[in-house]
Amino acid sequence: MKSEPALPSPGRRPSGRPSGSHPVVEVSGLVKRYGPKTAVDGLDLTVGAGTVTAVLGPNGAGKTTTIETCEGYRRPDAGTVRVLGLDPVADAARLKPRIGVMLQSGGVYSGARADEMLRHMAKLHAHPLDVPALIERLGLGSCGRTTYRRLSGGQQQRLALAMAVVGRPELVFLDEPTAGLDPQARRATWDLVRELRADGVSVVLTTHFMDEAEALADDVAIVDAGKVVAQGSPEQLCRGGAENTLRFTGRPGLDLGSLLKALPDGTAAAELTPGAYRITGTIDPQLLATVTTWCAQHGVMPDGISVERHTLEDVFLELTGRELRA
Amino acid sequence: MSAGTYAPKPGAAPLGRMIGAQTALETRMLLRNGEQLLLTVIIPSLLLVLFSTVDIIDTGKGKSVDFLAPGILALAVMSTAFTGQAIATGFERRYGVLKRLGASPLPRWALMTSKTLAVLVTEVLQVVLLTVIAFALGWSPHGNPLAVLLLLVLGTAAFSGLGLLMAGTLKAEATLAAANLVFLLLLVAGGVIVPMDKFPGGVQSVLNLLPISALSGGLRDVLQEGASMPWGNLAILAVWAVLGLGSAAKFFRWE
Repeated sequence: MKSEPALPSPGRRPSGRPSGSHPVVEVSGLVKRYGPKTAVDGLDLTVGAGTVTAVLGPNGAGKTTTIETCEGYRRPDAGTVRVLGLDPVADAARLKPRIGVMLQSGGVYSGARADEMLRHMAKLHAHPLDVPALIERLGLGSCGRTTYRRLSGGQQQRLALAMAVVGRPELVFLDEPTAGLDPQARRATWDLVRELRADGVSVVLTTHFMDEAEALADDVAIVDAGKVVAQGSPEQLCRGGAENTLRFTGRPGLDLGSLLKALPDGTAAAELTPGAYRITGTIDPQLLATVTTWCAQHGVMPDGISVERHTLEDVFLELTGRELRA
Repeated sequence: MSAGTYAPKPGAAPLGRMIGAQTALETRMLLRNGEQLLLTVIIPSLLLVLFSTVDIIDTGKGKSVDFLAPGILALAVMSTAFTGQAIATGFERRYGVLKRLGASPLPRWALMTSKTLAVLVTEVLQVVLLTVIAFALGWSPHGNPLAVLLLLVLGTAAFSGLGLLMAGTLKAEATLAAANLVFLLLLVAGGVIVPMDKFPGGVQSVLNLLPISALSGGLRDVLQEGASMPWGNLAILAVWAVLGLGSAAKFFRWE
């Protein structure tokens, strides 16, 4: 299911919940209303240090409001928000140098050139990244002397991303960092997010792309109607929902009772048509090994062995009763 | 970029360096914008040359340039501190520039300080240019330079307050339209090129309370008539400055 090989990387924990060190973001019972409309309705969110956390949800779920409250733009109507242990509004002056922010759009003088704006953001920080190297890394060199208003959408997005990281922050908030990007630029952004994590930067990003959350995040918070309806690693979330399925074919009439004895409780097995077998339950590597071992012991060659695991898309549908991208 | 490149090392730059960088950027943005240059440089220069050399408006006794130069200096202040600043800031607000800078280490007061410094730098360039043109046209100014400086500073404060109030409360397009309209109306009715005594008495006494009339009248009192300190005009500008900056501080919305 995961589209990326599980490369060992420093920040990646085997299981998703933030553990060990102090969380970098703690939101509890956050409520934010705009007039009669409640945008965020009792939201709880914890982000572990050194992790990539994806806040996943449809448009209007309250993702941006939550992020912008963490960034100090909004004052909570109720609940508490702590970022790096600080109150984003009361302790703004101490917090701002330590975080990097990528807004959903805009944020640059329409008459400024990409390198000029990035150089400027660098000057506002004490120990900025090397600007030419960052320009090179994000492919912004091609912007040349073009001013911001004439850059392509993708170039504008990459500049905003560069501006978020140039000050060498501890924690980066990216609001829909890949919206409107072509697949190649999207990959490049994902790579940068992974490099940030590898170097110990915590990342909170919002997205309405399932594959993005699955590919990037250690931890996913699924947000719907202003609340977190589930949080965990992509693996946990996918395992926690409906059962997964393992299929294989072999000779007809295998003794499934004997197989089931070797498998954990709650696992079911059936011969759908002669020789076509289906096992449902929590399909993990251990279960797969048990099945193949059992087959070996019984002289069965399991052909066409396949695992169907639930995707975050299924989980989301199950939790909210709605498609993520309607 | 190699491993460890992004290892966190956060920190704000020293305040002076931030304000310096922000002022330099704001000034470059101002000077790079073609419409702004039209407003701040080309229109005042053209008006000064045109009305000094062609006898279109009766400017009273003495050389036209002696009457016009103080008015054009007042216009220059208004064009930069009010019209230009309102339009630029309105669009910066609209396009999230103010919002994004709000998440940077630069404090908001430091951003506003930088904007003011950028306006002052631009005004110095305008005053130098217009003074050179005026001297070339035979201008012979009088009076107390300190009074001139005080008028320009208070005028800048008054117009900045009004410009920022507009930029921080109206939509960017509305600011664009309104700032240009106000510029045009005050150009005609604020004693810039048309002497105030061309207006009927009742109207005149109201117009004299406008910040542009107070600035152009004050500059004229000093530079043309040699007055030492035009207290009345300074007082009017001070009231506008307090009202404008006070309301801007209260009502300005960053997003």
